[in-house]
Amino acid sequence: MTRALPVLTVLAGIVVLWYLGAVWLNSAWVHAQAERAGTTVAFGEMVALTMAQERPLLPPPHQVAGELWEGVAGHPVTSRRSLIYHGFVTFQGTMMGFALGIVIGVALAMSIVRFRVMEMSVMPWAIISQTVPIVALAPMILVLANQLGVEGRDLPKAVIAAYLSFFPVLVSMVKGLRNPDQMQLDLLRTYGASEAQTFRKLRIPASMPYFFASLKVAIAAALVGTIVGELPTGAIEGLGARMLIGSQFGEPLIMWAALVAAAILAGMLILAVGALEGGVRRRMGGTNV
Amino acid sequence: MFSPPPNPEWLAGAALVWLGLWALNVGLAGSAFGRTAAGRAAVPALFGIAVLVLWEGVVRGYVVSQVILPAPSVIGAKLATELPTLWGDFVQTILKGALPGFLIGCGAAVATAIAIDRSPFLQRGLLPIGNFVAALPIVGLAPILVMWFGFDWQSKAALVVVMVFFPVLVNMVAGLQASERMQRDLMATWGASYWQSLLKLRLPAAMPFLFNGLKIASTLALIGAIVAEFFGSPIYGMGFRISTEVGRLGLDMVWATIAVAAIAGSAFYGLIALIERGVTFWHPSQRH
Repeated sequence: MTRALPVLTVLAGIVVLWYLGAVWLNSAWVHAQAERAGTTVAFGEMVALTMAQERPLLPPPHQVAGELWEGVAGHPVTSRRSLIYHGFVTFQGTMMGFALGIVIGVALAMSIVRFRVMEMSVMPWAIISQTVPIVALAPMILVLANQLGVEGRDLPKAVIAAYLSFFPVLVSMVKGLRNPDQMQLDLLRTYGASEAQTFRKLRIPASMPYFFASLKVAIAAALVGTIVGELPTGAIEGLGARMLIGSQFGEPLIMWAALVAAAILAGMLILAVGALEGGVRRRMGGTNV
Repeated sequence: MFSPPPNPEWLAGAALVWLGLWALNVGLAGSAFGRTAAGRAAVPALFGIAVLVLWEGVVRGYVVSQVILPAPSVIGAKLATELPTLWGDFVQTILKGALPGFLIGCGAAVATAIAIDRSPFLQRGLLPIGNFVAALPIVGLAPILVMWFGFDWQSKAALVVVMVFFPVLVNMVAGLQASERMQRDLMATWGASYWQSLLKLRLPAAMPFLFNGLKIASTLALIGAIVAEFFGSPIYGMGFRISTEVGRLGLDMVWATIAVAAIAGSAFYGLIALIERGVTFWHPSQRH
């Protein structure tokens, strides 16, 4: 309770601010309508009208919640209007990119820890790669994939997601694989362990806490990457595409519902990674860190 | 795809250069020179050059079409001839969109962190929410902010403000708690007021955390400024240039814009790292 109370208070504050903002932003439209009709609106009336507009500048929370509920429960999951359907498309892209990002990140980290020349050559470029705004590459990756004859948008989306998510894995894994101290490494050498055995029996188990810490960052990054991959150049499926459609057709409610759905998806993914981490830690015989 | 390349000599030459540079790098990395500052810069530079040579060789060797992958030399030529256009895009996107947004967002985050510093209740409430929001795909707000603030740079700056705010806030709040109990007690025994202790102990102690947040924010700022342009922009700006040139299959111009974005992003990041080294010279991570 001591932990929930402050969070709930801040959340309540945000909702209040949101309502105030909705009244403030949407009142202009109400006044304009009233002026056109040649009438004036009382304050109470005006507030009521700002709460239920078709195309509000800022939809109040209950309108967004209503639209979200309709998107989730109002259509069969195979329908193009269902947010579950679009959310699943985005989820698939996220998982593909996430998996690709983990593979690339771990592979690079292992070769960097193993070979000094790799560390010196690749590590600076890995850092530079993250200062390149990936979204600049997104439309081009789509065209490139198209030219190479790759059908659909799954692969380009996964590439963008992987580009964003490999970096936290790489950085943490380099740290984690270097986590064993010299004494432990020396011990394995006295056993006559090969490099591969050192990795398998010492370095990789020792890096697990770092690995899972990075996964939480990486999955959030993969989701951002997937949504960015869905935004440009006319995608039709996925939460990013929903936002785009809402923007192009001037339907703010669709945009907001997709945005909230993306937030919920992000929360669920992070929780899932946390649960996975707990499970692995218990199986490896660890205690709570 | 696997037919013999039309110009094998280009491919073979590039492969030879690649192997040569790689062997040189292996040598350098193991040598004493590889441990000096010059060696530390030379090895990644050689790696970058080797990648460019290989790229050029593959494009020329297989005669890859311009609309798939232009060669680095073609991109370089485009960069040189289109410099005024690229400069205009740079001013619009980076100087007008990303930079003001970055400054406002980071300033607001630091101010908020200091404002809630005296209320542990608010901190306990804001920190989990801030952490969660920092993980959300805030770029999705782009269409909404373009609707509110119009097509010009204001909407781009607004998106950047929202994107950088939470990562910086979370880091700054953590940073303000980073000073040790003992140090704070020492300030108290000297009779330091809240503000004195904040200015002389806790703000300096928060700097490594703040710069961590600023570095994350610097890349987010560029992403925000460019993505917002996909949803509407004047007829210049880097995001606009990329989306229109992709449509016209002018991939050399797209790559030239990406090169500008990469250089701008790295310079931005480097600048922050440089300031960090000056401000947090006392921190263990800065001692070499």
